[in-house]
Amino acid sequence: MAEPTPDAAPATDDDGTATTDDELTVPEIDLPSDAFDAVLDALSDLAPDERLRFEGFAVGRDAADEDAAYVLDPAGDDARTGLSERDLHAALVDRAAAVTDWYVFERVVGEFGPRRAFLRWIEDADGATVEARYAALAAGIERAWGQLRITATITDRGERRYEVRHEADAGVSREELTAHDDPLDAREIVKLDGTGRYRPLKTAPTLRTGWVFPDLGPKVVYETVETIYPATVANWHREREGELDVNHWRETMERQSGIYGVIQTWDRGEGHEHVNWVAEACCDDSQCLKRREWEYDDDTDLDVDGGDGVFPCREPCSVVVSAARKWTRLESEQPRTYEFELTPSEKDQLEAIVDAVADGRIDEIREADTKEGANRYRTRFLRAKLFDDDGNLGGVPTDPDDAE
Amino acid sequence: MQSLVIVAHGSHLNPESSAPTYDHADTIRASGAFDEVKTGFWKEEPHFREVLRTVEGDEVYVVPLFVSEGYFTEQVIPRELRLEGWDVSEWDSDGLSADQATLVAEDVGREVHYCGPVGTHRAMTDVIERRAESVTGDPDVGEGFGLAVVGHGTERNENSAKAIEYHADRIAERGRFDEVKALYMDEDPEVDDLPEHFESDDVVLVPLFIADGYHTQEDIPEDVGLCEDHTEGYDVPTAVDGTRIWYAGAVGTEPLMADVILERAADAGADLGDALAAVRETTRVAAGD
Repeated sequence: MAEPTPDAAPATDDDGTATTDDELTVPEIDLPSDAFDAVLDALSDLAPDERLRFEGFAVGRDAADEDAAYVLDPAGDDARTGLSERDLHAALVDRAAAVTDWYVFERVVGEFGPRRAFLRWIEDADGATVEARYAALAAGIERAWGQLRITATITDRGERRYEVRHEADAGVSREELTAHDDPLDAREIVKLDGTGRYRPLKTAPTLRTGWVFPDLGPKVVYETVETIYPATVANWHREREGELDVNHWRETMERQSGIYGVIQTWDRGEGHEHVNWVAEACCDDSQCLKRREWEYDDDTDLDVDGGDGVFPCREPCSVVVSAARKWTRLESEQPRTYEFELTPSEKDQLEAIVDAVADGRIDEIREADTKEGANRYRTRFLRAKLFDDDGNLGGVPTDPDDAE
Repeated sequence: MQSLVIVAHGSHLNPESSAPTYDHADTIRASGAFDEVKTGFWKEEPHFREVLRTVEGDEVYVVPLFVSEGYFTEQVIPRELRLEGWDVSEWDSDGLSADQATLVAEDVGREVHYCGPVGTHRAMTDVIERRAESVTGDPDVGEGFGLAVVGHGTERNENSAKAIEYHADRIAERGRFDEVKALYMDEDPEVDDLPEHFESDDVVLVPLFIADGYHTQEDIPEDVGLCEDHTEGYDVPTAVDGTRIWYAGAVGTEPLMADVILERAADAGADLGDALAAVRETTRVAAGD
């Protein structure tokens, strides 16, 4: 049921349009027969003293007279009783915005929590009045969700329509983008990034551009978003309801088994610096659009920032768990001291190479730009000069036992 | 409202690993048997851990797109789905007979029907035969042909070989192929020596794997001698030591696989209407000219 509100029906002028304070124009809405039939259907289930509430008014049944069976309760004091179906229809036509708003959320969007919350959030349905929302929808409401740009609009029958595209394509005309209407087409869009590489993490900030879902209804826009960023709406909804079930690093690693069971040996309760490194490596906004909500354990927050994403991350993901398994192996090694000589520029260069790889900047470094430490020619020179035939830096074997 | 959730392994490395899962989900969606069909993965998203919270229905059927009963179906999936009080004895299985267990998933507070894996279902036998039909392009393939059902095999889990033997035995009993053998990658009898196991000049090799990946695209073709190096590719059929080998690739990519998923859900009580017949019809191999 739509939340009852005490507001009076919006003031309208003769042609049914109204103007809000910030001068958005409220569109004229025709009452579709589907919406009217849905009201009649809802009324048939009501007891005589119950009311179906809309923003600013309510309707009910007057069981005493079958030919004049309906009641209209404005928020003011001149309730009207004894309305025939035709009278009720006329009254609701005059209030078509509120009726279509009820119909959209109660009958089209439906009760499923995440979908309903998401679609109401898009147009601020829990905050703004119908009048303000319809005016904003007429102009187009834009929302960001990860790298998505979702635009909500309204038809003259009060139906919601949504466009979904990449935020980077915001200024591109629809004709220049590949159009889709099936939410499941998004599975192909999310599979590879713009350079054709597989995206194992759907929330990596590498969503490719060039596509648009130009005209979606409420149910399919939700499916489209959930296909691009799976379970993000579900977890965001839980967070808003205060029910996000966060599983911190320790409990998540403790339940690992099989080949991942080894991670527990990295996690002996001796500090959490290593988990800071994991979060810095994997959970940064540059790598994942989720906002990390998990910490080391219930009592111990990590020192690194969780990011600014709109949707929460409730436990270390499978990419993090797999990487942690590898790091568990690597971190079980004891350090050794190696001795070889580098010029200061060579040390700087090694640092620059690590930075460039870690930040994914290799492709940005120009072929002939030898000022860049991670330039390929410069790196090949370093290898030619400092590596022996077995690939050992400075000619020093990695394992001292390999020294001849 | 009736929901189907197909859970599969997925991959961090191979973009095609989830393709069969999506394809079968699409087939089932088109059949109209369920109000919604969702997919969840171990290595992709939504993860097993979160898939149930994306599900709307009140009658939820979870079908693992896995070959055998074992570590994933008995430990990982029930744990990650948070099936309260799960105990593998609920299935009372001999390694082949797991059908379903009804449990409450803790995080969504709803009952789900957790089904046995597709690979051990009796209908899977038909998919293996169908795979032989589709790779040869002959809906009547059998006479003059041998069939090799190939599994990973592992000493760590005896159930892994059980599924292979079960289907090989069933196909042999039907008498359609001249010879049927169960072969393995990691235990005897090994797939490497395939021609030695058959007298037939033509042998269809069907790997009992869900998705094409390292094992079915690299290991098996090279081990069997279809090619020296998988990057060079191979013909179907390819003659090895005088035996023409019709290599089918992963059985899980066969469209009829959708039928087994439906059968699992039906065994757990799902109302499928005429979806089974429709799926069998839409996935059949058309007779050639």
